[in-house]
Amino acid sequence: MSASDTSKQPLVAVEDIHTFYGKSHILNGVSLQVEAGEVVGLLGRNGVGKSTTLKTIMGLVSPSQGRVLFEGKPVSGMPSHKLARLGIGYVPEDRRIFKLLTVMENLRTGLDRDGVTEEKKKQLLDKAFSYFPRLGERRAQAGGTLSGGEQQMLAIARVMMLEPKIVLLDEPTEGLMPRMVSQIREIIDVLHQEGVAILLVEQNVPLTLAASQRVYFMEKGAVRHQALASSLTVNDPVIHQYLGV
Amino acid sequence: MDIPWDIIVIQTVNGIVTGMILALVASGLTLIFGIMDVVNFAHGELFMLGAYMGVIVLTTTGSFWLALVLAILIVALLGAAMQVITLRPLLGRDPLNTILATFGISLVLQNYALWQFGPVARKIQEPFTGQFSLFYLQYPWYRILIALLSAGIIGGLYLFLKYGRYGIWIRATTQDRVMAQAMGIPVPWVHTGVFALGAGMAAASGVLFGPLVGVNHAMGLDWVLKAFIVVVVGGMGNLGGSILAAIFISLLEAYASIWVSPSQAIIVSSVVLILTLLFRPTGLFVPTPK
Amino acid sequence: MSQISKRHSTVYWTGFSIIVVLLLLAPLVLPEFWRRFLTEILIWGLLAMSSDLLIGYTGMVSFGHSAFFGLGMYGAAAAILMVKPPNLWLAILYGLAGSAAVALFVAYFSTRLRDIYFAITTLIFSQIFYVIIFTWTEVTGGENGLSFPRPQLGIPGIYTTPFTSTTLHWFVLAAVVISYLLLRRITQSPFGMVLQSIRENEARTRAIGYPVERYKMVAVMLSGLFAGLAGVLYAVQNRFAAPDFVYFLISGEVVIFNVMGGIGTLLGPIVGAGFFLGLRELFSRLFPWLATTLNMPQIEQFPYLVPLGVIFILMVIFLPQGLLGFAKRWLNST
Repeated sequence: MSASDTSKQPLVAVEDIHTFYGKSHILNGVSLQVEAGEVVGLLGRNGVGKSTTLKTIMGLVSPSQGRVLFEGKPVSGMPSHKLARLGIGYVPEDRRIFKLLTVMENLRTGLDRDGVTEEKKKQLLDKAFSYFPRLGERRAQAGGTLSGGEQQMLAIARVMMLEPKIVLLDEPTEGLMPRMVSQIREIIDVLHQEGVAILLVEQNVPLTLAASQRVYFMEKGAVRHQALASSLTVNDPVIHQYLGV
Repeated sequence: MDIPWDIIVIQTVNGIVTGMILALVASGLTLIFGIMDVVNFAHGELFMLGAYMGVIVLTTTGSFWLALVLAILIVALLGAAMQVITLRPLLGRDPLNTILATFGISLVLQNYALWQFGPVARKIQEPFTGQFSLFYLQYPWYRILIALLSAGIIGGLYLFLKYGRYGIWIRATTQDRVMAQAMGIPVPWVHTGVFALGAGMAAASGVLFGPLVGVNHAMGLDWVLKAFIVVVVGGMGNLGGSILAAIFISLLEAYASIWVSPSQAIIVSSVVLILTLLFRPTGLFVPTPK
Repeated sequence: MSQISKRHSTVYWTGFSIIVVLLLLAPLVLPEFWRRFLTEILIWGLLAMSSDLLIGYTGMVSFGHSAFFGLGMYGAAAAILMVKPPNLWLAILYGLAGSAAVALFVAYFSTRLRDIYFAITTLIFSQIFYVIIFTWTEVTGGENGLSFPRPQLGIPGIYTTPFTSTTLHWFVLAAVVISYLLLRRITQSPFGMVLQSIRENEARTRAIGYPVERYKMVAVMLSGLFAGLAGVLYAVQNRFAAPDFVYFLISGEVVIFNVMGGIGTLLGPIVGAGFFLGLRELFSRLFPWLATTLNMPQIEQFPYLVPLGVIFILMVIFLPQGLLGFAKRWLNST
């Protein structure tokens, strides 16, 4: 899939977004695109606004300037629940699973949608449990009793229940053991194979480069550079420039 | 000392009966607070309007049960309208704003009711009379029915919240409103729905309690105060806690009224409130958080 | 922190002086009914102003001011009834003592509580006092309250003269103006700055090292004192004390005055009181007039609180900064 393919519109397009938290000018003109089925990485130091960009796309934060387009239609300002129903899934940085709900109930928050047959629901659940067997074992347990890694799995599984067209993943490997990191990598690949687009915010550079097709680099609230993931190595000067200390 | 066992048993029964009604009123209040941080000052007026709706339907149709059902539905709708018109615009603002707005609504509703229905109390006829002997008293069966019905409604609420798609929506929204929305749950409507639910429960209490006292425009005031005490003592947003607190406080007041006049019994509940706030501010029946 | 430019300051004090002079002259030109109306606005305004210290400056919403007000009233009543001849200053002293005692009680129990819990607790407290006053008939006259004569103006033993409606108005005006100036001083002092810092961010203020609870307690006591003074003035003006004034609805109305006029402006609450009471007069006359003009006798008794309540709700939604807050913003933008 070529990044310069302009014959069809991108799945998600962010155009010159400016976002404020109070008086802080967090996003200073962010523009990026994600094509359908693409895995796109978003790299940058802490605090440059990567999470805020995801939150803006998801409608959790309103931009004061600029637009977000989904399948060509402007969606900035739409409430998040409508965006979720349109097909944008969000896995936040701190997972934020519903701690007092069971694993099953957590999944149901994504499953219980209009227009989903019981059969389809069963299919989706079976799929989730086959990818995440540990969740299957613990399905009646409260979310808060799961380990950090299991909560991450649950957060991703939950979003998969929405059958999203794009998943916004915010630092999924943070705080996880290496074994779970590779599991995350597998999930990303699986989603990619299913045609789900992913916008991946990560500090883990090797993972991002391996899993993504394209990578954007952010600095001081704006996107400064983009490149094909295949053209970069971990020790690339570009990497050092935007992520080095 | 000669312990008046018969009076104590009678007061226990009375306390439980009042406690169940109070629990019904307070559950609506605590549900609304738990899910959207709104202190609904107008809750007592929803109770009062429910009672009046009950009076109207009863006089037109002669059926108590129809009155109960219709009062619940009408007031629930009214509550939903209230929430959409006055509370949605206040979302995200300081909680003081919602307290004031609901206080304003309570004044409007109270005075409107006074004008519309007049100052003379109305009566709701019990669906059946009939009493059983409790010691030296003839105790009305109806009171037992009230307790059972209230328990039933609260039980139904519990089941609804625990199972059922909307119950999950409500619980998810209570825990993490932002994430619930990100999962496609239409949070603004969940809020409206819960408000309507709370309103409906208040209305049910009004109709059920109606036959015990006269229905008049000011009947909500005392109840809202007691309900607030119950909600704070039980732990704000804690459904189980409010039910326990409601029964606990009603029992204490029932026992206290053996010795003091009923209007002074509120001091009992206030003392409980003070003690709770001093020593267990998150709620008497809530395990102390870390 | 607001910086009033020199121009604004002059405008402000000039306007203030003009209003005070107008209020001074009012009783000389107004019929008795309106004179009394104006005096009542001042008294309720003082009560609301005392509440503003808590709501507007410390960020604590109190629904308990009816207790302070009521105790001030009953305290004055006690002085007038128990000490012969009725002594104005003793009445003030007793009233302030009464409200201070209540304020201490409330302050002790509630200052550890935040926001909603504080509001609800103050409400419950005012109800406790209501019940006590309502049922302790031997001391407080119970449901019927107490009536008593008006003490004389002046210093007993040296020179006293009965109040005329004009001098009474001037006395109240003086009390309110002095209270305003005192409160203004307090809010602009370092103490006041700490209060405002508590309102902005209590945790941070505590982290810096301020004993937040103590500041809050002092704020509640000060607020209670001025509220009690309002109660004394009311007692002197109307010559009776009744438990109705301790009922929590009064506290609610006080908060309404605050919001309508503008929280955190000190004068706003007085404006709010005037606005509310003015609208009340308006609506109380409007409906009977409409009833006769439109020949709809059923609306003659239409309660003024319905349209007033609706206006209040609309103001909470659309004009939360109140009339004065709105005026300030408008002035600042010119």
